[in-house]
Amino acid sequence: MSSTPHRMPEPESRGTATIGKAVRVVGQIFTKEDLYVDGDVEGTIESQENKVTIGPNGRVQASIRARDVIILGQVQGNVETSDKVDIRKDAKLVGDITTSRISIEDGALFKGSIDIKKPEPKPAVAATVGQPAQPRPAEASVAATGAARN
Amino acid sequence: MLPEKLRAIFRKENGAVAHSGAGPRYSSPPAGVSARKVTKKDGSTIRQSRGLEQFFFDIRDVVGLSVLDLAGANQDNIDFLIDLGHKVYTQDLVRSIDEAFGRDMAEQANASRIEYFLKQNFDYPKDTFDGVMLWDSLQFMSPALLTATVERLYEVMRPKSYLLAFFSASERVTEVPSYLFRIVDNKTIHLTERGMRPTGQVFNNRNLEKLFGKFGSVKFFLTRENLREIIVRR
Repeated sequence: MSSTPHRMPEPESRGTATIGKAVRVVGQIFTKEDLYVDGDVEGTIESQENKVTIGPNGRVQASIRARDVIILGQVQGNVETSDKVDIRKDAKLVGDITTSRISIEDGALFKGSIDIKKPEPKPAVAATVGQPAQPRPAEASVAATGAARN
Repeated sequence: MLPEKLRAIFRKENGAVAHSGAGPRYSSPPAGVSARKVTKKDGSTIRQSRGLEQFFFDIRDVVGLSVLDLAGANQDNIDFLIDLGHKVYTQDLVRSIDEAFGRDMAEQANASRIEYFLKQNFDYPKDTFDGVMLWDSLQFMSPALLTATVERLYEVMRPKSYLLAFFSASERVTEVPSYLFRIVDNKTIHLTERGMRPTGQVFNNRNLEKLFGKFGSVKFFLTRENLREIIVRR
């Protein structure tokens, strides 16, 4: 449940590839920048280090792998992120989610499973530079449960 | 020595329990929840649930379980189950009933539609779930759909797993309110009404024991809201 105001992601920002609402793509999409999908996509979407946003007009029948995924439209397929899945009001997702964090607004429709995975450990360099970073309480909780399960 | 009023506040006022289990795990209620039932300004209700409490007692101290929550995806339930270390499966079963059959109860007797409904909503491998939270969804099913759904649930639940379901205890009503259920803590739920719906049949203890006859055991909790909360052991 989120009380934050409804934010529409900005599709035209620099460094974001856009699939407009009149575009239909069948096949595999790989991108090294953020991706905004407001059209139809059938296949796979992969943007490992970046954010994928499915706009309100987006209709996706594809598995999605990205750092973050924001869904405002319709997705049928599995979603895997290294960081966060954000399912907004009026969005529809049918598929399984594997992620570190998840947010679902009231009014969203989700049918599938949620598997919380342990975030990948930070490189050891941080420990030599200064104090090791302490996880925030929420992250610590997810990490602990993930460890117990795995 | 506490005055009678204060003693009444602290006194545990649980519903009648047909078969009592082992001592449940109690947690402190959240701020603002000191009574068994609180009605909020928006008309929603927060109340304690012995059934929910027993459900989480039964699956306590284990992480990594697969739990099917049929209340529909909401952040509260997902956070609660994930924080316990479980894998969550979620869908809105009442909405799925409407999508498959509409509001006409007679449509729920159609065998091919029932098969399609089960394929769409319970297409899981055998022995997938360690816990299933059905909430009030079963009472909106016709006898044919209900029997088929319970049989399918038996298949997808692991032996010794648990199921939570709510039924109206009134044998005279033909319509009951449907709710959205949010977990507040291990024994407290937040209910938001989403309209009246016709019930498929009368659900008394005998009917429910017969319905879940294939399962290991059925435990009943009768609430002040005239509701039967049941825990069924596979």
